[in-house]
Amino acid sequence: MADFEGLYNYWIVIVLAMAGLYIVIARGNLIKKLVGLNIFQASVFVLYISFSKVSGGTAPILEKGIDVYSNPLPHVLILTAIVVGVATTALGLALVVRIRKEYGTIEEDDIHSQDESM
Amino acid sequence: MEEAVNIVILALMAVTVIGIVFIRNLMAVVMLSGIYSLLAASVFVVLDAVDVAFTEAAVGAGISTVLFIGTLALTTRIEKKPAHKPYLPFIVVAITGAALIYGSFDMARFGDAEAVTNKHVAPYYLENTKKHTGIPNVVTAVLASYRGYDTLGEVVVIFTAGIGVILLLGSWRRGLTPPAPHKRDEA
Repeated sequence: MADFEGLYNYWIVIVLAMAGLYIVIARGNLIKKLVGLNIFQASVFVLYISFSKVSGGTAPILEKGIDVYSNPLPHVLILTAIVVGVATTALGLALVVRIRKEYGTIEEDDIHSQDESM
Repeated sequence: MEEAVNIVILALMAVTVIGIVFIRNLMAVVMLSGIYSLLAASVFVVLDAVDVAFTEAAVGAGISTVLFIGTLALTTRIEKKPAHKPYLPFIVVAITGAALIYGSFDMARFGDAEAVTNKHVAPYYLENTKKHTGIPNVVTAVLASYRGYDTLGEVVVIFTAGIGVILLLGSWRRGLTPPAPHKRDEA
């Protein structure tokens, strides 16, 4: 039971990450794929924040009379990752818009069959 | 109490994701992914990562959703029915997930103050940040002071992505015609 409580966050993260991975590899729609990538990415954020939590700790803002803080370093990493993540999402979506202009579709099989028929 | 909130919000995230997998209306998918980001931000508040929660709520739930909706306006709203049965992806995902769950048993338990990740360099920053920088918020101090060059590198990454987006979309926004479709291989 202690194991369940101690590992619950990681298991949920695994479920989220696998759902994201499944969307990326099983679905042909490019926007859906990008949503899947975002889900995977956010699940990794939750993983990092989960293991930086210290029981009984508080947010890492120094204050007199508080001794226990959660680990601030994963927070810094994830702050950077979130911002870089939105930059890559924007670039991916721009590619999708451009692919739609070129092929008239954003479904992977249609794009593939158009490439084959040329 | 904190633990209970944490468990409930994470369960809600899992439910949201299951919804995203099955729904084929892309507008609904994008809305659900916004909800997913907002739930992630709530989890971050519960787990003491307030700065991360701010950023996730503003950037993950806000800007990402706006970008997705903009793309939907320029493309399509409905996903086509998948042509293949998704057995192979499902097997791949199940095996990967099983391996990860097997690996999770070696992780430090949730909230463990004695875990290696929380014992190595983190105490140094918690002890010395006030002395070195005078900033009470350790996350901000590390981001902007100790690791200022990393943050500058991050700005370079965003700048590069911006240039990429402009190069991809700029030509037809200025009214120049992009290369016509289906003529590339004829030459």
